[in-house]
Amino acid sequence: MIEYQTKKEKTVIFLSGDIDHHSSELLRKEIDEIIRKTEPEETVLDFSGVTFCDSSGIALVLGRYKLMNAAGGKVTLCSLPKSAKNIFLMAGLDRFVRIKEEV
Amino acid sequence: MKREILNFFEMKIPSKSINEGFARMAVSAFASQTDPTIEQLAEIKTVISEAITNAVVHGYQNEPGIIHVKVSLLKEKTLKIVVKDKGVGIPDIHKAMEPLYTTGNADRAGMGFTIMQTFTDKLKVVSRPGKGTTLTMEKAL
Repeated sequence: MIEYQTKKEKTVIFLSGDIDHHSSELLRKEIDEIIRKTEPEETVLDFSGVTFCDSSGIALVLGRYKLMNAAGGKVTLCSLPKSAKNIFLMAGLDRFVRIKEEV
Repeated sequence: MKREILNFFEMKIPSKSINEGFARMAVSAFASQTDPTIEQLAEIKTVISEAITNAVVHGYQNEPGIIHVKVSLLKEKTLKIVVKDKGVGIPDIHKAMEPLYTTGNADRAGMGFTIMQTFTDKLKVVSRPGKGTTLTMEKAL
């Protein structure tokens, strides 16, 4: 299970391990379940525990943006590993979500 | 001119998604002998992950198949990675290589080829519909 914290209208979700095609489907289901349960205005995805992330992470973030955006909310990413940040910027994710150094 | 190969390894793995992580670890362990930077190693792991995922998702369409991986260390301190599948092939390579283009579901970003191109110095795609796809990448270390 993924750990998360809810504070006021913000839910911080702590991602860990490798994010790839193998892990992303289960990850997506778990994140969406947390968002559905906590109904935040802002979802923060904390990548500090992430050991690897490929393009599956791009689709994962984009999908959560669409979900939050449809409900009028926003998504923030924080503590991205350098290689993940590189590929997220390559895909232009910073047009949709805020990228912060720390929570 | 054939370039001198200092070292290489080959492996065959079934097209199971669990092997994406295994392939990353195997290739990065092999690449470590050249003493790459942490960033170079992260890029190598990312491109191998994209290549294997392509074979699993697109080449074999999540059906059983064998993926052949060969990684060579060339004399000019260059890593050459070849990932081959005998899957359905890519009907339109140019379209497949466009950023954000995907025939996959919402879990796919369509960024695989863009990442492979950006993180390597050379990317060659040879594909024949019904015969399979071979990706060849080279990265100077």
